[in-house]
Amino acid sequence: MANLLLRNIEKTYGGSVNVLKDINLDIKTGELIVFVGPSGCGKSTLLRMIAGLEKITDGELQIDGVLVNDIPPSERGIAMVFQSYALYPHMTVRDNMAFALKLARKSPAEIDAAVTAAAEKLQLTEYLDRLPKALSGGQRQRVAIGRSIVRDPKVYLFDEPLSNLDAALRVATRIEIAELKEQMPDSTMIYVTHDQVEAMTLASRIVVLANKGIAQVGSPLELYERPENEFVAQFIGSPQMNLLPGEVIETGETTVVRLDGGGIARSGVPTRDGDKGLRVNVGVRPEDMVPTDGEALFEGDVNIVEALGEVTLLYFRPEAGGEAVIGKLGGIHADLKGQRLRMTADPSRVHIFADGQSLLYR
Amino acid sequence: MHPALQGLITIIVGVGGCVGYYYLSNQFLDKVLFPARGANAGRNINRANMIRPWLFLAPALFALGLYLAYPVVETLRLSLTDRDAGGAFVGGANYAQMFAEPKFWEAMRNNMLWLIIVPAMSTAFGLLAAQLTDRLAWGNIAKSLIFMPMAISFVGAAVIWKLVYDTRPIEQDQIGILNAILLSLGAEEPRTWLTIPFWNNFFLMAVLIWIQTGFAMVILSAALRGIPEETVEAAIVDGANPFQIFFRIKIPQIAGTIVVVWTTITIVVLKVFDIVFAMTNGQWETQVLANYMYDKLFRANDWGVGSAAAMIIMLLVTPILVWNVYNARKEMK
Ligand SMILES: Nc1ncnc2c1ncn2[C@@H]1O[C@H](COP(=O)(O)OP(=O)(O)OP(=O)(O)O)[C@@H](O)[C@H]1O
Ligand SMILES: [Mg+2]
Repeated sequence: MANLLLRNIEKTYGGSVNVLKDINLDIKTGELIVFVGPSGCGKSTLLRMIAGLEKITDGELQIDGVLVNDIPPSERGIAMVFQSYALYPHMTVRDNMAFALKLARKSPAEIDAAVTAAAEKLQLTEYLDRLPKALSGGQRQRVAIGRSIVRDPKVYLFDEPLSNLDAALRVATRIEIAELKEQMPDSTMIYVTHDQVEAMTLASRIVVLANKGIAQVGSPLELYERPENEFVAQFIGSPQMNLLPGEVIETGETTVVRLDGGGIARSGVPTRDGDKGLRVNVGVRPEDMVPTDGEALFEGDVNIVEALGEVTLLYFRPEAGGEAVIGKLGGIHADLKGQRLRMTADPSRVHIFADGQSLLYR
Repeated sequence: MHPALQGLITIIVGVGGCVGYYYLSNQFLDKVLFPARGANAGRNINRANMIRPWLFLAPALFALGLYLAYPVVETLRLSLTDRDAGGAFVGGANYAQMFAEPKFWEAMRNNMLWLIIVPAMSTAFGLLAAQLTDRLAWGNIAKSLIFMPMAISFVGAAVIWKLVYDTRPIEQDQIGILNAILLSLGAEEPRTWLTIPFWNNFFLMAVLIWIQTGFAMVILSAALRGIPEETVEAAIVDGANPFQIFFRIKIPQIAGTIVVVWTTITIVVLKVFDIVFAMTNGQWETQVLANYMYDKLFRANDWGVGSAAAMIIMLLVTPILVWNVYNARKEMK
């Protein structure tokens, strides 16, 4: 039920350590925004500035059109779920969830109704009178989520809420969060994670943070299919996109690049006449590589084969001076080890970057 | 012989003796008593391992027995005998005599006052100091200053405070700061603080509070730092103000430590002796149990009543001690 506007947000710690600058972001009501980025890039810092736990050094933060830079967290209409759950250890599940409402001097009947409803939504009813230490990790995280639901906030903030859970529970809780979001289509959520799958499945839009700023904002598939720069291209997708250096030899609707490794790349990214001779990096995702007998992007010896069942990863031996290239084929191909393969890719799947920026976005 | 040399020799003999005891007794166990060879090697190793802990504990057990357990039994026996009757068994007569003395009940009342006020004030001030100094740039200096009295002996502290409460005739300069302040505020007469009945108890308690606050502060400060920062931040987001955070989030999370600090100080208070002895010696209605016991035992030379008083003190301390140990163990888990 709220939109957020971040304008030129900047964060400097202790007057000299600049962590974030020039953050501009427009978050609409009902969106689930995911912040991703390498460790230490300032995801938590940005989230905590939105929460009000960290001072905004410069810039403006508006929630529903109201400037909230100097408004305390409890009055911003936000709720936060912490990585370590941050439950109050001396209070029962019920009291944990009721704490904010009690502080707000809500009537006991009102509090009870809110807690009961949240507990039902999260299947916590039978644990209401337990202390947090008598709960499993997944249950604790649900209590933490319940604690924010009862307050009926305008904006939910999650800081890596699932990273303390084991793999199976993480998947289950992720789906629960997705369902929760579905039940509350009007609530705005901001979610920080390291996990690509979480980001891709939950987000309406992903914000990739890097180098103190935003590298790209877009829907998960936009980021995957049309990365703006090499950083996003390599950050989204696993294994990461291959980058092969080369030189543009033909321009137009289809661009042709002669790669330094000897191959020829054809890309659907259009180029202008003046681009001929431009030094570029051609980007191809491992899963877009296919073996061929004809014209190839790349030819090399398969050094290591990782057969995962559903897919097989091929690691090519780096050519002299070149990068290691990774391919990903559907199905099981354990017999390819040691073989020499020629690989190509559909032109619509081939990206071109000059100076780190995609030529798509010129 | 030079005293320093004497001390050195004592240390060498003492430490050497300890090391020697552990080494030689262990050798004896392994090589002579249950050698790990021959037909019964396996059985011998097991037996040696069963005996070893007791072997190593033996000196400590012996010392504890001699200096703690035996005195308890002996004090109990003495409290049931009478010196004037040549040490004859008199049953509860000493206790009856003691309970009939107003001075005993005065000591009892004062002890209860000490018991309520000193632990409460020390813990409260300690908590306050711990919380307030945590945020300050010069907090560590403040902490050191508050902790400093812990390094002073009770008698030393008593002497310092006796000077604070000191009274000089009106025509002389006051060297007691309390009277100096009082006179500078325009009072006519200096007061002899330590002779004002009832209130003088509190003047004595101030000394112990001054000492124990540092102890409470150090322990509670560590406990406060152990509170997960995120629970505090969650409370901020939930809308708690600083007071609510302190009383409803922080204090409950360190409740166990507060109890341990409280009971530890309570035990110190029950044994309080030096301060009263050095400052008033129990006059002007400031008597406490430990000083009462000392009076009986060493001044009146009445070991019967003195031992009876000692037993009463022990009875009062024991339950608190048990509770203290129980809580401390719980904290450590
Ligand atoms: N109090 C502080 N003083 C100085 N620098 C800080 C402070 N807190 C964080 N930083 C720095 O700010 C940067 C961003 O930290 P932040 O916790 O936001 O990273 P993050 O993206 O959440 O990382 P992670 O993915 O590991 O959680 C880091 O380089 C960190 O060292
Ligand atoms: Mg973080």
